[in-house]
Amino acid sequence: MAQYDVVIIGAGPGGYNAAIRAGQLGMSVAIIEGAPTLGGTCLNVGCMPSKALLHASEMFEQANKEFAHLGIEVSPRLNLKQMLAQKAESVTALTKGVEFLMKKNKVDWIKGWGSITGPGKVAVKGADGAVQTLEAKNIVIATGSEPAALPGVTVDNKRILDSTGALSLPEVPGSMIVIGAGIIGLELGSVWRRLGAQVTVVEFLDRITPGMDEEVAKTFQRSLTKQGMTFKLGSKVTGAKATAKSVEVTVEPVKGGSAETLKADYVLLAIGRRPYTTGLGLESVGIVPDKRGVIANDHGKTSAPGVWVIGDVTTGVMLAHKAEEEGVAVIELIAGKAGHVNYGLIPSVVYTSPEVAWVGKTEEELKAAGIVYKSGKFPFSANSRAKINHETEGFVKVLADAKTDRILGVHMIGPQVGEMVGEYCVAMEFSAASEDVARTCHPHPTRSEALRQAAMGVEGWTMQA
Amino acid sequence: MTDIMTPALGESVSEATVARWAKKVGDAVKKDEVLVELDTDKVSLEVAAPSDGVLDSIDAAEGATITPGTVLGRMSAGEGKAAATPAPKVAAPAAPVADLPLSPAANRVVTEGGLDPAAIAGTGKDGRITKGDALAALETRSAAPAPAAAPAARRPVHELEERVRMTRLRQTIARRLKEAQNSAAMLTTFNEADMSGIMALRNEFKDVFEKKHGVKLGFMSFFVKACVNALKAVPDVNAEIDGTDLIYKNHYDIGVAVGTEKGLVVPVVRNADQLSMAEIEKTIGDLGKRARDGALALEDLQGGTFTITNGGIYGSMMSTPILNAPQSGILGMHAIKERAVVVDGKIEIRPIMYLALSYDHRVVDGQGAVTFLVKVKEAIEDPTRLLLDL
Repeated sequence: MAQYDVVIIGAGPGGYNAAIRAGQLGMSVAIIEGAPTLGGTCLNVGCMPSKALLHASEMFEQANKEFAHLGIEVSPRLNLKQMLAQKAESVTALTKGVEFLMKKNKVDWIKGWGSITGPGKVAVKGADGAVQTLEAKNIVIATGSEPAALPGVTVDNKRILDSTGALSLPEVPGSMIVIGAGIIGLELGSVWRRLGAQVTVVEFLDRITPGMDEEVAKTFQRSLTKQGMTFKLGSKVTGAKATAKSVEVTVEPVKGGSAETLKADYVLLAIGRRPYTTGLGLESVGIVPDKRGVIANDHGKTSAPGVWVIGDVTTGVMLAHKAEEEGVAVIELIAGKAGHVNYGLIPSVVYTSPEVAWVGKTEEELKAAGIVYKSGKFPFSANSRAKINHETEGFVKVLADAKTDRILGVHMIGPQVGEMVGEYCVAMEFSAASEDVARTCHPHPTRSEALRQAAMGVEGWTMQA
Repeated sequence: MTDIMTPALGESVSEATVARWAKKVGDAVKKDEVLVELDTDKVSLEVAAPSDGVLDSIDAAEGATITPGTVLGRMSAGEGKAAATPAPKVAAPAAPVADLPLSPAANRVVTEGGLDPAAIAGTGKDGRITKGDALAALETRSAAPAPAAAPAARRPVHELEERVRMTRLRQTIARRLKEAQNSAAMLTTFNEADMSGIMALRNEFKDVFEKKHGVKLGFMSFFVKACVNALKAVPDVNAEIDGTDLIYKNHYDIGVAVGTEKGLVVPVVRNADQLSMAEIEKTIGDLGKRARDGALALEDLQGGTFTITNGGIYGSMMSTPILNAPQSGILGMHAIKERAVVVDGKIEIRPIMYLALSYDHRVVDGQGAVTFLVKVKEAIEDPTRLLLDL
């Protein structure tokens, strides 16, 4: 029987980063993955392919709508087959990259589906049905999540799609209904709208993107609407019926009122994700997930000795970088080091155009907690680089403690803000004050100057607006 | 995993310092074994293990300032465990690292405010000083009553000198004494007492007294009783100022200063007016022992209405004690010396003790203070006056 210091179940960003760290620290480590490629949801059917299509579709839209203004005359024609192929190429390259990293760090990839059979024991069932058992001093559950289901809406990935199906449509829909105005729905909805679909987003709540700062969410919705997306908020989907060529979705107001039927070529169900624990054998070690399927943890430890849990399958936000952070922390804790995750500083990014990014507390959260704060705001319309590039939509907002000036939250909507939020993650990790950022030299002309000007605004000395 | 919490520190004590961890991370501990010692303004406290187990982590390192409810560390049940899984290393904020450069905002506040970064406790990553820390230091300084002079740069220490950080107790003593001097209109009146009467009485009864009560008959019980008697006659000395009001206290809780290794502490003999001489002697003996053992509880130190301090045990002839704020009076006892005095027109050799009463002239008039001290003198010279309530 093969013996390991650490056996990791699931090779998504949580699992493979945990494996790399374990290898670096000299542990013997195996990672169990039954999918044909490594990388989990993120690389195969999540973050990566969606970003490939977001990038390509944004280029297409720019070529259509903005190049002429720049003095470039073109008549772009969509080649969807090629667009999907380049996406697949990138994904393959990335999954191969993870495979290389496993080899480099002496991690054994055990192909098959893992299940815990008792303390320190994991059975792996291969594609051929053969079962092998691994002995593990430590087991790390990193099985991730799957798209959440909605009663009355049965995903067939022909007409009624989940996020995986929406990444590989063979044609551009004439019309598409997106159920759920969260990040995944708005990103994929943006892709198909840019490529030509009429997109209607149906959302149960009376706002889009819950968890996002409300002021940003309102600006964001206005921007998407201007681009041609239609929103039906406060609306409940009660069913979806697919025919060969179209889908009928029944929708009724949450507050009550008469139902209506919406018709579209395709429906994308994107109401969130749920933890994936099917066939994991949790009962063999006495772990009981809560009713949503979430496995609880205390600093990475489950209730079972020697069994750890990270990523989407445990508590907290379902984001790849959060899983990665937990993977590293858990391995370091196993090694007797001071592994730690700062859950207050996990950034979020929406890769639409404009992008949205934030880290820390929203204004609503600060108000609810009774924290007295000051706010500084700077619009991209006053930023020279954004102006030159004709990307003036959006703003940066910095929230800081009224007394100590410590930065508590940063919220941005605008060009490339996803690439810039990391600056504030570092600052906040070091308990920086808004004045620290305000007194740090930023390159000119860049969009990042807006970050500094917004920080200046907290104490009322924004200079360029 | 169990959190080891900072216990309640007692009324009017809001923070403490971690003095010493008795256990290391990974150590097995037994229930009620001392894990960590804390210093507060008033006493040292010990925090014991709530159960058998292993100390998993230390979250508040030695020297860290903590408040009630702060997690000091964590422990888990079981034993062999520590060996199997090395315990996570201490993630506690390290002591401020002096050579870390200041952040731009902290630097601005420190420079403009003329602060000494070495004197500011950093709460940021790895003990860095945040802007909030610097602002708080600035605020503390401007709130201080006296211009605590912009903290001078720490002067270099000569090779024959030694720099030692003051204990929290020492810092508190320093601050309190200065506060008393800054707020009270303090002055001292003197008198002398002929101790021959009390010494004769003591010689006559000390054996039967000790036999009956199991405690030696000392001078302190006489002085406590004499002071209670005088406080009743001159209530101003037992009063304190509260804003524009005076609070007269009709209870007689007498603080008795005790020298210890760490510094002077003043435990309180409560309701001294209701105690017998033997009970007073026993209480003082017990408080003194516990003070020297560092085992006083906070409530032993709080709420005194008047204080007696005896410099005589170290040989002092004469002194001007400083008030124990917010009290309005303190009696100083001194060494007993044989002196030539005139008694009934003849020169005699008598054992004499000088007495000093420092008082807050805002509360106590000169007449009251002198009357008080004369009352004490008379009761000491002729203790039968106490019996007759004179």
